Amino acid sequence: MHALANPARFLRIARPTTAWLLAIGLVLAIGGIAAGLTLTPPDYLQGETVRILYIHVPSAWLGMAGWLGIAAASVSQLVWRHPLGAVAGRAVAPAGATFAAICLITGSIWGRPTWGTWWEWDGRLTSMLVLFFLYLGYIALGSAEKERGGEGRITAIYGLVGAINLPIIHYSVLWWRTLHQGESIGLTGSSIDNAILWPLPLTMVGFTCLFGAAALMRMRAELAEAKVEARMRRMGA
Amino acid sequence: MNPWPFVVGAYSVAIVLTAALLLWSYASMRRAEAAADALKRK
Repeated sequence: MHALANPARFLRIARPTTAWLLAIGLVLAIGGIAAGLTLTPPDYLQGETVRILYIHVPSAWLGMAGWLGIAAASVSQLVWRHPLGAVAGRAVAPAGATFAAICLITGSIWGRPTWGTWWEWDGRLTSMLVLFFLYLGYIALGSAEKERGGEGRITAIYGLVGAINLPIIHYSVLWWRTLHQGESIGLTGSSIDNAILWPLPLTMVGFTCLFGAAALMRMRAELAEAKVEARMRRMGA
Repeated sequence: MNPWPFVVGAYSVAIVLTAALLLWSYASMRRAEAAADALKRK
């Protein structure tokens, strides 16, 4: 990670990586979506609505992974004073917020025909909504601190404190057994039949690559903006 | 209840929001890098 502390070296790696992530992400996400919509059978209980799984699960994973990235960036900034820590945190936040929103909306759409309701104040749904609002707070705080010329330390502390919500989201289906189903996909296996499950890894990896591409593009934008600002300041002095 | 409007609706939301995120990120990157390059040439 320290090898990337030099922005010039980071940009040398980030430029080709962005294009690769975009290309791989588009191929896998489109392939996974097409397979999920046309090649898999309907579920015996949920019928065709089970197909929402292929976008809902990746967005839930990325909503949470985004905040994990923010927490890691916050640690690197607060502990090692990594020069790209604040930039990385601010770059990840819009992508994380977008996927948290996709997770909430697709879950709500899935809930209507499956549970008979658009929304319920269930542990999993509520903690995911809290995560979305945490993202909005992080984006607002990050841009306010950047505008005032701060180092982003308050935003980093907020990012670390907000990470408390991640285990709450993960264990919510075990702590409060209300409406949302329990864990059906774990590290060791899944209760979903392989005939339905197989396109999910494609959309998981595909959307993760697209998330990475969006975050890298935002980092490159922030670094270019900082370069312009520094040069303008030197020219004005 | 016909499930397809729900499936189509969910996929539309996911595709539109992901595309908007990528286009916005790309546009802001291109704009910022073009401004930095223009300033370097001055």
